[in-house]
Amino acid sequence: MTPETTRDEADVGPGSETEPLLQVRDISKRYGGIVAVDGASFDVEQGTLTGLIGPNGAGKSTTFDLITGNQSPDAGQVRFDGQDVTDDRPDEVAQRGLVRTFQIARELDEMTVLENVMLAPRNQIGETLWRSVVPVARDRVVDQERDLREAAWETLEFLELDHLAGEYAGTLSGGQRKLLELARVLMTDPDMILLDEPLAGVNPTLETKLLDRLHELRAEEGLTFLLVEHDMDVIMNHCDPVIVLHQGAVLTQGSPAEVRQDERVLEAYLGGEVDE
Amino acid sequence: MSSETAGGTDGRNDAVLLLGVALGLYALFTVVSVLLGYDLNGIVNTLRRITFLSAIYAILVLALNLQWGYAGLFNIGVAGFMAVGVYTMAMLSTSPTSTFPGLGLPLPIGILGGVLAAALLGVIAALPALRLRGDYLAIVTLAFAEIIRRTYRSPVLEEFSIAGLDLGTGGSRGMSLPENPIRIIFYQTPGDPASDPSALGAAIFDFSSGLGVQPSVVVGWVYAIVLLVGVAGVYWLLMRVGFSPFGRVLKAIREDEVVARALGKDTRWFKIKTFALGCALMGFGGILWRLTGGYVATSMFEPIYTFYIFVALIIGGAGSNTGSVIGGAVFASLLFQGPNFVKRLVTEYVAVGSPPNTLFDAIGALGGLDVTPLVAYTLSDVNVAALRLVLLGVVLVYLIQNRPEGLLGHRKEVASPIDLGERDRQEGQS
Amino acid sequence: MTERESGNRALTAVRDRPLLVVFAAIVLVLTLDLLRRLLTGAVGTHDLATYLWNGAVLGLSIGLAGMGLAMTYSILSFANFAHGDLVTSGAVAGWIAAFLVAGWGDFAAEALVHLGGPFPLNTNTLGISVTSTPVAIVVGLVVAAVATAVLAVVVDRVVYKPMRDQSGISLLIASVGVALAIRYLLVFTFQAGRRGLTAGQQTPSFSVPIGGGTISVNAHQLTLVVVAALLMLGTHLVLRHTKLGTAMRAMADNENLARVTGIPTERVVLTTWLLGGALTGAAGYLIALERGTLTMDFGWLLLLLIFAAVILGGIGSVYGAMVGGIVIGVSSRLSLVWLPESFIVVAAFLVMIAMLLVRPSGLMGGVRTA
Repeated sequence: MTPETTRDEADVGPGSETEPLLQVRDISKRYGGIVAVDGASFDVEQGTLTGLIGPNGAGKSTTFDLITGNQSPDAGQVRFDGQDVTDDRPDEVAQRGLVRTFQIARELDEMTVLENVMLAPRNQIGETLWRSVVPVARDRVVDQERDLREAAWETLEFLELDHLAGEYAGTLSGGQRKLLELARVLMTDPDMILLDEPLAGVNPTLETKLLDRLHELRAEEGLTFLLVEHDMDVIMNHCDPVIVLHQGAVLTQGSPAEVRQDERVLEAYLGGEVDE
Repeated sequence: MSSETAGGTDGRNDAVLLLGVALGLYALFTVVSVLLGYDLNGIVNTLRRITFLSAIYAILVLALNLQWGYAGLFNIGVAGFMAVGVYTMAMLSTSPTSTFPGLGLPLPIGILGGVLAAALLGVIAALPALRLRGDYLAIVTLAFAEIIRRTYRSPVLEEFSIAGLDLGTGGSRGMSLPENPIRIIFYQTPGDPASDPSALGAAIFDFSSGLGVQPSVVVGWVYAIVLLVGVAGVYWLLMRVGFSPFGRVLKAIREDEVVARALGKDTRWFKIKTFALGCALMGFGGILWRLTGGYVATSMFEPIYTFYIFVALIIGGAGSNTGSVIGGAVFASLLFQGPNFVKRLVTEYVAVGSPPNTLFDAIGALGGLDVTPLVAYTLSDVNVAALRLVLLGVVLVYLIQNRPEGLLGHRKEVASPIDLGERDRQEGQS
Repeated sequence: MTERESGNRALTAVRDRPLLVVFAAIVLVLTLDLLRRLLTGAVGTHDLATYLWNGAVLGLSIGLAGMGLAMTYSILSFANFAHGDLVTSGAVAGWIAAFLVAGWGDFAAEALVHLGGPFPLNTNTLGISVTSTPVAIVVGLVVAAVATAVLAVVVDRVVYKPMRDQSGISLLIASVGVALAIRYLLVFTFQAGRRGLTAGQQTPSFSVPIGGGTISVNAHQLTLVVVAALLMLGTHLVLRHTKLGTAMRAMADNENLARVTGIPTERVVLTTWLLGGALTGAAGYLIALERGTLTMDFGWLLLLLIFAAVILGGIGSVYGAMVGGIVIGVSSRLSLVWLPESFIVVAAFLVMIAMLLVRPSGLMGGVRTA
């Protein structure tokens, strides 16, 4: 299912044995008087499906933005695959293999579903201007395009979007848009995906199928996921470890069982301060 | 698979469409010319004129379509890049003996230099584009074009020399241009307006004169045909650019640049290349437009020309290359030349007499139930030109309110070199 | 704060805002060079005073014209490319009124309504100036403001209101269409060409001695300066002390917020066009008064400079437009010390572009309508 051209068979997954794939250290972000993220620190180990939870306003989406370079942190450091990516531009971060979905799905409305998906793969030789034009070079672009097309159809079929392949993405329903977001990031052949509420509006059967697939990708290809979800069942049943964010900082992290039993987590969700 | 998923347009259908529009316009203007009592020479010349203008506009609209229709970059400095193309060509190729001298280099070098200079300015203009959103970019590109125009117009640069070479821009007086290159085919001394025809030229002119068509019209038509080849070339180029992964990223930039970057595309380079290529083509179009006119002046590059190209693009359908060509042709023939022909038709068949001096006189005559002065006033050349622009403004507002996608902008033109809807049935793909 | 801390602060400032520092450095160098020239006599005090005075006149014209643009930018969120033609419309309407008042009975009505044009109309005989025909001048000013306000509202109802929900770019394009329609309807009606308006011979002008020479100040420049200042003050009072003014400021900051809190946004939009249109028309009329001549495209030719003023002051800020206008006016006159005349406007545009890149919030950054 992953596009051939960007897959290196010998590479099972990045991240050294000793260092976590994603390391976030003391990142902070404030807007005027409002502190969105306040010294958050956590690690994500390679090959895990890690959950990120926290009440509204805890800073989850902002944290994603800080990690992927959509915003730059006022302080702190982000390391991915052993490299400092704190000041990287979003496209640089994505090129390293760290991609994300958006909480409010950002569809390219006036492009078809297939176009949206075909946009995603990295290292498309046709994205250079001259290769698209010069006759012999264009033939090679066409070859790569055919391979990508096959991968695109497989991805769409798996996500049950194939009947919408020729439709403008702007006509999709909310749940379908979320699936399209997922299709796109999968097509980039990433090492790690930050998923921001990817299952909102998705029907339960498909949801199970998707989660199974995430586990498959994790196990077989070493993909790593950091998942933000409001559905606690999903988090508790599928994620390990789980990181809890509250008021811009990490409150606690651990296995689902540990987090479930931590009183401070409950208090945080019910609102109000939490004693350290 | 359904044509909805087809990558690229259906090439054959588009060719038919373009041919149909061309023939339709030719038929219309032939009829109009006949009604106006033109002889064969007049008819042939009319068709030449609309071919010339349609081809020029097609090239310029295609260039703008790449920047705005595909990548969403709002460049209203088109006229400035045209100016750079023409003036650079002039400074390179105009004879050193002219009032405002150029270097006298061969014309192909001048044209190449003009196109490259326009591309370079395009790269410079792209730099603000990396940071600015739509309307700010519009203001910056307009300011850029005005800076260019005023620089060329400045008396300071009217004449100057670099390293002993005399150059100049002609300031507000303009510069002369090299002669029409087509003349080489037809005349022994192309640079001399009174030259004898060459052997080939004489043969052709004998034939055409026999039909009643004058030599200048023949030369003009050959130039127009060269322009059509130019349009075909630019069209071919931009179809390949648009229907490719490169074009796909451009569309993504227009739709939502954040997504493009989140998928690893360094959008800065795409914008710079789009500006470079588009502006190079604008310089090219400017050169082709003014080359046969004998001289260049900054009045040819006022912002109004940019707005003409914008209207043509909106009419044809932003985002569609075929639409750009059709829009250019429709604009140049119907909106631009059209009113003049309407005026001539009316004055041919209706006696309106000479126009009154002012509109108020004309309206005053209405009191006596005499409509003729008002009609005569409206149809004077100056006023037809003014009303043409009023019409343009109204058309622009109407289109933006009611049909912003123009003629072909609604078509699904999937940015891929292949038909994405088809799947390879051969197996072993894994 | 210790010396080291303030030193560190300064270093951080330099590192974070390199372009601003470069800009400040350029201004510093130019100021020092100007002082040098003053001291050596290359530039006389009277020259400097002339530049400053003419700059103030130009600046107030542009600033006044820019206030309406800033209002529509902030409240309706689009760049109105028809603004220059509203300036022209104000001048045309106002001066027709002034001509009619000044010349009624002595000159043919058609000649007056047509502002001369093909009719022989000697402006020195007509004799309009602020001292010889004050009533005509005042009537013209009022008519200019009212007519432009009405025109602005009509255009809004026909063109922009049906498009309220469309993007700023679409509105911009529509405004280009409006600009063309207005400008060329004016050309169709009145014909192109420059017309004289005032009686140069009858306009008082003073030579004020300064330093080694004199500067020339004429009554129409004074009129423009005084009226513009009064209008700016009046606008300030409206924005600060009336309910609608406060509503305008609220809407400028956030239209959704304004809707939610129950401020009737269409009413605010109407007020914006009326007030902005009036200011714009007055500006056009006064500019024509000061120049003494009128063409049908003078507003369009000023448009980019007006944009430069609004951007410099901070897009959407009415006070910013005033400040930006004066800065543009004075600095463009002052740059005659260093630049040939043909490059002054180029320099102003370059400054505008630099401003957009470096600090889009402008000099008064962050402030909206007020």
